[in-house]
Amino acid sequence: MRDLSHRRGWGFWLQLGFTLLVCALLTVPMAMSMLAGLTANYFVGLKSGLTLRWVDEVLRVYSGTILLSLQIAFACLACTLVLGVPAAYALARRPGRIARLVEELLMMPVAIPGLATALALIVTYGGVGDLRGSWLFILIGHVLFTLPFMVRAVLAVMGSIDLTTLEEGAASLGAGFLRRFATVVLPNCRSGILAGSLMVLTLSVGEFNLTWLLHTPLTKTLPVGLADSYASLRIEIGSAYTLVFFLMIVPSLILMQGLSRRGRPSV
Amino acid sequence: MSACAQDAPLPHRPAARPPVRPGWAGEPLRLAALLAPAAVVFAAFFLLPLVRLILIGAGGTAGWSAYLTTLADPGHLDSLISTLALSAGVTLVTLAVSTVAGLFLVRNRFPGHALLVALLTFPLAFPGVVIGFMVIMLAGRQGLIGTITQALGAGKLVFAYSMAGLFLGYVYFSIPRVILTVMAAAEKLDPRLEEAARSLGASSWRVVADVILPALKPALISAGALCFATSMGAFGTAFTLATRINVLPMTIYTEFTLQANIAAAAALSVLLGLITWAALAVARSVAGTSVAAAG
Repeated sequence: MRDLSHRRGWGFWLQLGFTLLVCALLTVPMAMSMLAGLTANYFVGLKSGLTLRWVDEVLRVYSGTILLSLQIAFACLACTLVLGVPAAYALARRPGRIARLVEELLMMPVAIPGLATALALIVTYGGVGDLRGSWLFILIGHVLFTLPFMVRAVLAVMGSIDLTTLEEGAASLGAGFLRRFATVVLPNCRSGILAGSLMVLTLSVGEFNLTWLLHTPLTKTLPVGLADSYASLRIEIGSAYTLVFFLMIVPSLILMQGLSRRGRPSV
Repeated sequence: MSACAQDAPLPHRPAARPPVRPGWAGEPLRLAALLAPAAVVFAAFFLLPLVRLILIGAGGTAGWSAYLTTLADPGHLDSLISTLALSAGVTLVTLAVSTVAGLFLVRNRFPGHALLVALLTFPLAFPGVVIGFMVIMLAGRQGLIGTITQALGAGKLVFAYSMAGLFLGYVYFSIPRVILTVMAAAEKLDPRLEEAARSLGASSWRVVADVILPALKPALISAGALCFATSMGAFGTAFTLATRINVLPMTIYTEFTLQANIAAAAALSVLLGLITWAALAVARSVAGTSVAAAG
């Protein structure tokens, strides 16, 4: 570590002040919104007292959006695990031009704005059966958007271990493919699978760009409800709703930070 | 040769690894089968719809030239130009802010360091709508900035519901990601280069300008391209702040929902997709691995 602590001049304090200012820019509005969600009257301020009234109201009015978001997030996780982990394995075992091309293609839903992907889905599948009004329509969009993150996270770990040697060892002991995959490949990739899973859950619960066009009045997710409440309701309710959202994603954000400190996956 | 001597117990082994190993007979087929589910879902729900969208963009009376004539519409051109300008501005400011903060955090250790890094990277996965609300908290009608300027006697400063608010929101969104990239790159720098420059008498500023910044250039280009692409395509923040802000994603949304002009919406979103995809291609070619999370 280049520790320059023995001579902390004004430069150090200036930069520390600047960094703290940036940190304040990011955290002060978060703290303000959390507090606003617990304040009886935000316009009057804290002296109006703290209350859980707004949180209660949000849970009463918007519990449907919260449950639907969780349902979609876990369904999305299941899909990205089933589709993404085997795909990452295939790409890791045969690195080369084709694997790079496939990877590049799979990343496209992240590179292209969600709005465009949602429009494309609507013009193609909007008229197919009841799909347009179903939560599965939103799920399709979320799977497209989050699959790259799962593939990347698992691929990063697979690239850092010698999969071939491990598998050859198991194969020389007579383990067939399924056995090797379940007892050698998956356990060795669990940190990548965990990091990818947390990312998928967090992104799906917060996804708005795609979801806003894909949702219907009967399939409102949490971020859609958030946008509604910001636009039309008093600031305390919007804040309380945001607070509920924070509580939902904070555990996975903290876990992700912990994981990335141990060995940063390149996501 | 020693390698042959070690291989001696297995005289028939032609190379380090035999071409067909036990249990490996159908490997290419198996790998294809493992990739197939993801490929089928991707082709059916992404590639096919995308092709459809591109065709619809060219399906109006103007045909393929619609991709050019849609920009002849002054509203569309304005929206494209202001989105490009906004994204470029956001990218420059975010890079400057994050480089200063990120370098400082890598080069100094002090009590509370880990907490500061955690707080700075915390909003990484916030969706655009929530970022928009954070901007309202800062610069909205009951926001912090307005309260402060009013207390200072300068009148209530409210700019959340305008391009300036959107600018603040995108900088807010991009800072955590760019700081992480800068820190990761700065940690890999060879400290001997800096020591060499110092021993030759270079001042701190010269070291930063001539040694550190050039070494960080690939990471900065990649992070900047990422930031640019995200600002071009993000929709949630603009949607939360005001539907009147004239940026391309809002224009596409209005064309689609209010005007029901699907051909124009399709053409514009294909154009927007090309721009963000190209920006991210730059990012990847420079830095190898980094994926954007469009908010």
